[in-house]
Amino acid sequence: MAGKTTKHELKSNTVPAMVTVGPVALLLLFLVVAPLIFVAVMSFCETDEFYNVVYSFTAENYAKLVSPEYIKIYAQSLLIAFITTVLCVLIGYPFAYIIARTKSKKKQLLYMLVIIPFWTNSLIRIYGWRTFLGSSGWLNKLLVFLNITPEPLDLLYKTGTTVLGMVYCFIPFMVLPLYTAIEKLDTSLLEASGDLGAKPLNTLIEVILPLTSGGIFSGCIMVFIPCLGYFFVSNILGGGNTDMIGNLIERQFKSANNWPLGAALSIILIIVTLILVKIYQKLGGDMDSLGV
Amino acid sequence: MKKERKEKRNKFISILFCLMVYIYLFLPIFVIVVNSFNATTSKPYLSWKGFTFDWYVKLWDNSALLGSFGNTIIIAVVSTLLSTIIGTLGAVGIYRYKFKGKSVINGLLYIPVVIPEIVIGIALLTIFSNANIPRGMLTLILSHVSFSVPYVIFNVRARLSGYDKSIEEASMDLGANRLVTFFEITLPVLAPGIAGGALLAFTLSIDDVIISYFVNGQTKTYPLKVMESIKSGVSPDVNALSTLVLIATIGLVFITQSGILSGKHKKI
Repeated sequence: MAGKTTKHELKSNTVPAMVTVGPVALLLLFLVVAPLIFVAVMSFCETDEFYNVVYSFTAENYAKLVSPEYIKIYAQSLLIAFITTVLCVLIGYPFAYIIARTKSKKKQLLYMLVIIPFWTNSLIRIYGWRTFLGSSGWLNKLLVFLNITPEPLDLLYKTGTTVLGMVYCFIPFMVLPLYTAIEKLDTSLLEASGDLGAKPLNTLIEVILPLTSGGIFSGCIMVFIPCLGYFFVSNILGGGNTDMIGNLIERQFKSANNWPLGAALSIILIIVTLILVKIYQKLGGDMDSLGV
Repeated sequence: MKKERKEKRNKFISILFCLMVYIYLFLPIFVIVVNSFNATTSKPYLSWKGFTFDWYVKLWDNSALLGSFGNTIIIAVVSTLLSTIIGTLGAVGIYRYKFKGKSVINGLLYIPVVIPEIVIGIALLTIFSNANIPRGMLTLILSHVSFSVPYVIFNVRARLSGYDKSIEEASMDLGANRLVTFFEITLPVLAPGIAGGALLAFTLSIDDVIISYFVNGQTKTYPLKVMESIKSGVSPDVNALSTLVLIATIGLVFITQSGILSGKHKKI
């Protein structure tokens, strides 16, 4: 009898399971898995003289990936993403710490003030930076007015400008997970550490940092990986001098019209992502802290 | 005495530090708002030519800009609706039923979250192009649904993990069928997670630049319109529209503050 009921239950669960999970499964299959497999296939294809993709096997695109010119851009991308991530930690950590541990009633407001800027489109905010830093921008006007510099400074189209824009775009992805991690800290542990004679710096290194390391790791993943692909920041603020791997991919799919080469370049990004996520998991990182 | 002084100094440094970060976060927005009142009429609209409200009037004649904004809203509303429905059903199904490939689905959900957007964008472009699906509203909506659904699922799932299944059993024992139980019991319990997921899907859709840039065809969304105008200089009416949107969202938040904000810590 018992066996019969189970069988009946199983059968009656097939339909609701299909109705609920079916749409997600189809979506993942057709809009996530199939496209990515297709990119992998395309990375081995070539183009004819009209820029159409020809489905014949070639490893030529991968041979092009190791040209010195490209390798320089990979190095530049990794450098920019690395500096951006480090700056996001250095600025984001103390900032998240201060707002998470403030006793003031304004805590909620302080938190909201981190989010509000991001309701204005990111492109136009990056353009705002270009306006501000440009040769006739406010900053240069101020510097000339104060006689700090006789001529407007060349602030745009430098690695530093792109980093400034990247940090700007990604700092909330660092601050928000850290805020959550720090807010969860048990204050009594910090007090205990102090009572036992630890100096504040020791408490920070021995207690606070280890307890919030999960937030730091997930923040780093959420900054470093997307940073590699944010082509519009380096376009607007770097003006072609600070190209990243994202700019290379974008160009192959738009102006240069060499989709197979762009696909091969994307495979690099996918591999970098997989490696970093593996390291993250090895370090004990929780996948659920990414992105949410 | 000495300790007190030190504490005071530390507090001063923290406040100063936070203030600088907030200035950093708000500076470009301040530039946008100020430039929306700039009387300049010549490209690239950078030098200050005096104060005017003109752009807030002219804005309503710029049908291309308003059209792109309308597209953004339509895409955001439709893709949020679809991804909220698909995501909520999916989260409930994955949580409740045992089936083959469950761990595969769980793993695949992380792909759109961790892979750089540009890769998702070009991947969708290649598949749409190969399947001969004309690029436009349809492909934009499909793409937005594909990157929003995981976020809805994660939000609803967080709500499900603290969910007491016995109330559903009680409902069934009392004679309600599966559908009635779903709508009367399950949905209300999950509502905050669903609302949080929907809000996130909407925000992601409205702000999306990179994925839309590859799958839009001739259809322009508001961010893409901005991108197009950056080459020749963004005209102040774009700033005016951004300012209006900002005011509207801040207003909305202050009205609904308590409810929506408790579903915090979302990717923006």
